[in-house]
Amino acid sequence: MLEGLLIGLQTALSIQNLIMVIGGCLIGTFIGMLPGLGPMSIIAIMIPVAISMGDPSAALILLAGVYYGAIFGGSTSSILLNAPGVAGTVASSFDGFPMARQGKAGKALTIAAIASFAGGTIGAILLMIFAPMLSSVALLFHSAEYFALMVVGLSAIAAFAGTGQVAKALLMTILGLIMATVGEGALFNMPRFTMGLMDLQSGFGFITLAMAMFALPEALFLVLKPREQKDSDGDIKDLRITRAEAKSIAPVIGRQSIQGFFIGVLPGAGATIASFLGYAVERNIASKAEQDEFGKGSIKGLAAPETANNAACTGSFVPLLTLGIPGSGTTAILLGALIALNVTPGPRLMIDEPQIFWAVIMSMFIGNLVLLILNLPLIPYIAKVLSIPRNFLIPFILFFTLMGAYIGQNNATELLLLVGFGVFATILRFADYPLAPLLIGFILGGMLENNFARSMQLYDGVSFIWERPMTLGLLIIAAILIILPSYRARRARIRASGIADGD
Amino acid sequence: MALDRWIGLVLLGVCLVYGYAAWFTMDDMLAPFMQRNPIWPSTFPKVLSILGIVASLVIVLGLEKGEPKIGDIDYRKLWEYNLGQALLLLALMVLYALLLRPAGFLLSTSGFLILGSVILGERRILLTVVIAAIATGVVWYLVQVVLGIFLRPLPLFMGG
Repeated sequence: MLEGLLIGLQTALSIQNLIMVIGGCLIGTFIGMLPGLGPMSIIAIMIPVAISMGDPSAALILLAGVYYGAIFGGSTSSILLNAPGVAGTVASSFDGFPMARQGKAGKALTIAAIASFAGGTIGAILLMIFAPMLSSVALLFHSAEYFALMVVGLSAIAAFAGTGQVAKALLMTILGLIMATVGEGALFNMPRFTMGLMDLQSGFGFITLAMAMFALPEALFLVLKPREQKDSDGDIKDLRITRAEAKSIAPVIGRQSIQGFFIGVLPGAGATIASFLGYAVERNIASKAEQDEFGKGSIKGLAAPETANNAACTGSFVPLLTLGIPGSGTTAILLGALIALNVTPGPRLMIDEPQIFWAVIMSMFIGNLVLLILNLPLIPYIAKVLSIPRNFLIPFILFFTLMGAYIGQNNATELLLLVGFGVFATILRFADYPLAPLLIGFILGGMLENNFARSMQLYDGVSFIWERPMTLGLLIIAAILIILPSYRARRARIRASGIADGD
Repeated sequence: MALDRWIGLVLLGVCLVYGYAAWFTMDDMLAPFMQRNPIWPSTFPKVLSILGIVASLVIVLGLEKGEPKIGDIDYRKLWEYNLGQALLLLALMVLYALLLRPAGFLLSTSGFLILGSVILGERRILLTVVIAAIATGVVWYLVQVVLGIFLRPLPLFMGG
């Protein structure tokens, strides 16, 4: 392994490749900040550039830099504007945006940068150690387990998002799943629930829905009830993290780097599931006082998804590099780029072309370091976005939500859908329905159904639920997650009324 | 009946319609060879519709008691807030959606940004126009030239 490291360092530290990493990170950060352009689209846009370079290690290094930059840039827009442009950063807005509202935008961005750095770096170390072993573990997970894993994730989200109102959160999750079934599924070439509209043939756009659920109601709330302008310098002075805060997020970062990495290794799971599951797990194991903080600007709640999504991004390189199986949409695009460069990822990559494998790992370290160095000084300027006068900020937020929805699909109907769903989401917020479960259900819905369908086909029925112990175990956990909170709430109520003290 | 239970009722209706479509209208169109599959396109929606109906019934019937809490905005006093501005902005967004293709990106976007600021009470028209023009130009350049995504810049009648 030491020999490999040296080969990697030699390749990655050439002047050309260093420029590639820095350039990639910068491009990724800035484009990633625009809501609507996620890592997948940015990498797709950069592919012609990468292929024309001709050198596979340089190309892969550039694309890895863009990938990390885009993930970080995506978190800035979810933290500052509550407009997550990427599914993987939706969880970051749960606590990042409340922090920004309390005037701690600078601190939130710093925590995000540090958590991303730690997650990415620890992920890269794990990748180095585990890449060869993990490829065999990933193969043990069948579609039945993926299905069960997603059910666990969804019920965890529903149970935690609706504090005391699990039914509402559950209904929102189911609504999200229902919306995911609109359009043509991957397994059946048949349009469903399109009501004959051509525009719905490909389903609802993820970005449209994300904008409508988060950014648009936020902007409308800002219009309806202007909040007091804080003095503009308030954002910057609170940049540093105190020692106590560092101490409280350090274990979170440690846990989530490892958990996120291993989730990222599973093909199909990736950064989105890792960030939501990371958030849910940290919330669950936090102490009671800290648990109440979650969703209102908890630093732990911000550090957890940020660490997990970066670690998972690193983890998703494992199946790509060792098996040639892309674990996520982004790595699928990377796979396409590699094949175009005449490199075939797979078990033989480490033997035939070790310099590519190790150079990518080394450039992950360098990319993370570059991101940290570049972004920490920039944070005060990025946070300034919040001190733009309301009269200008709101039209721009609205415009960016519209643009994000339009660029993705190049379809003006999408904009009408955006406004319609936005109004609907605002009404739901009035009535205290949690919106995050809807979006998460929508994101995971397609994958959930595909894995469900695949296991149905493999087992010719639903017998996989009891024939595979791991699936059954995961589903039981999911059921407990749903039932436990309402059971506890009921008991607490009974106890409060002083009737059944005895149980 | 509180708003959240009304919404539950509406969503119950949505789930019923969805369920009707899944249970009764989809399977006839299925090709014979697909009917031998253990899973049909309607299988998953059928499960979802039942779950959705159960969950919305729980809300409509008020089986799960939670303490009612008032969020940032109390919808019962909606007219006390800047409701007019919000509705005007929504109308402006619809207008933008309808005009984006025919009027071209540059015109509709700068119009949207200027009118948006004016609706919110900005009176320094010149400043607004300058900011809108610069922002529109920069975004168009970024999207069209740097990213290579086509946005029709000029109105249709000018051949844009």
